[in-house]
Amino acid sequence: MEFLGALPQVMFSGIAAGAVYALLALAMVIIYRTTEVLNFAQGDMAMMTTYVALAMIVGSGLPLYAAVPLALAFAAGLGAFAEFACLRRAKEPSVLGLIIITLGIEMIVFGFASWKWGGEPRDMPIPLSPYDGITAGGVIMSYLELITIAVAALTIGALFLFLNRSKAGLAMRATQQNRAVARLMGIRVRRVEMFAWALAAVVGGIAGLLVGPATTVEPYMMWEPMMKGFAAAVLGGMTSLPGAALGGAIIGIVENLFGYYVSTAFKSVVPFAAILLMLTVKPSGLLARHYVKKV
Amino acid sequence: MTALLALANVDTYYGPIQALRGASLAIDAGGIVAVLGANGAGKTTLLKTVMGLLDDQPDKGSIDFDGASIVGAQTEEIARRGIAYVPEGREVFRELTVLENLQAGAFSRRDDTAADLARMFGYFPRLMERRDQSAGTLSGGEQQMLAIARALMSRPRLLMLDEPSLGLSPLLVQEIFAILRTINGDGVTIFLVEQNARMALSVADRALVMEHGRFVLDGSAAEIAADPDVQEFYLGIAGEESVKGYRRYRRKKRWR
Repeated sequence: MEFLGALPQVMFSGIAAGAVYALLALAMVIIYRTTEVLNFAQGDMAMMTTYVALAMIVGSGLPLYAAVPLALAFAAGLGAFAEFACLRRAKEPSVLGLIIITLGIEMIVFGFASWKWGGEPRDMPIPLSPYDGITAGGVIMSYLELITIAVAALTIGALFLFLNRSKAGLAMRATQQNRAVARLMGIRVRRVEMFAWALAAVVGGIAGLLVGPATTVEPYMMWEPMMKGFAAAVLGGMTSLPGAALGGAIIGIVENLFGYYVSTAFKSVVPFAAILLMLTVKPSGLLARHYVKKV
Repeated sequence: MTALLALANVDTYYGPIQALRGASLAIDAGGIVAVLGANGAGKTTLLKTVMGLLDDQPDKGSIDFDGASIVGAQTEEIARRGIAYVPEGREVFRELTVLENLQAGAFSRRDDTAADLARMFGYFPRLMERRDQSAGTLSGGEQQMLAIARALMSRPRLLMLDEPSLGLSPLLVQEIFAILRTINGDGVTIFLVEQNARMALSVADRALVMEHGRFVLDGSAAEIAADPDVQEFYLGIAGEESVKGYRRYRRKKRWR
């Protein structure tokens, strides 16, 4: 029973990894829903946020509880600035053009981080050892994994409430569905879009701050999580928040199952196989609400 | 007394094509004003130009709302000044519920909107029944009611409607126009653009006819309804020659 006995452990690790993917997927979905743009800079904006936190902890000696909110505030500013300075400047933009702009932002952020902090991996100092944890029913759960899952769940819950219950959330949903008509309602859509970018950068930044301690902080740190987050978003249908969260969990679990039972070498291929399968079988995603526009 | 909405010599272009040619119009607060005209006459362009929905337009001319120029202002700011616009084809937020659509309509307001919600459900009891249903599942008539109610949630002083009768059954059209009368009686000035000339003339106080981007007739609804050209081209009273479109088109040129 050695074979199946490991299953709960593999599932748990998968969910912990999936929590990070879910956050990145949510960040992409927030921007996609409001502006129909895929933000490929999401991962590197999160990487930058993590570096800022690291610089504050190591460089300025700030405690963790002060550095994290400050880093997230920086993320919000970075997101808003990217929208204001780059995307809004586009004249008569096409969606494809805007996506290319996000690739440009990605390269600028990546280049800046490499120049400023160098390419060597650094450790994120946290007051927790990655080896401490609890064991329940034969499953070893490190505190870091538990915190990751809890923070992701709280963030998702808060986002869901914000979008569905608050006035600003309503404005975001209205803008996403029909930008021109949202303007007719007196909704200042440009502010809404800027806000969406800031919000997404914060959610992505949370993911970065959770990845940092689990691995190392380096310019490439978010490359893989970001692609998997993208896979999770596609799996969930790009527009659905619960879909993105579910997609993240599925990707995390499936890749860990594959890594444990089949081959670690090809673990990273799994998410992309999942995208391919999804786009073939049900292109609208698992949970997308799909309205076909009536003529 | 200054007019609520005043346009003077407004020119609007779509690229090289001129859609409004020196359109001038003044609307006083209080009544219902209807603009009639065939496809492509520039009716929708007129409303879109007022709302600032066309980039860099109008090319020339002035548009004043309540004595202040709104040329070049952002659409959302024009809406906040008190003009509500119900676009052609309803354009409700399909994935939001009826209630959320109405709340979105009241977005620019900070005060309590409960009284207005109750008023809307009074005008349109059907919306009350469907308040938690997503708007995409409503029938065309219900969507039109929702679009009007949503526009009114901002407490506009001027309500502009683009083809409110489009795609609705005659019975529903009557119902909607009757409610527009009530809304007007409650103090909202109404400016509507309509192809259903008969219906529009029956409800309006004043009517204008638009052709090729300019106004060619202006008068009380009764005067316009009695005009022989309007009778022939828009009301179809004159008889057989004008049943087919060809003749209509030839004679229309008279007004240019």
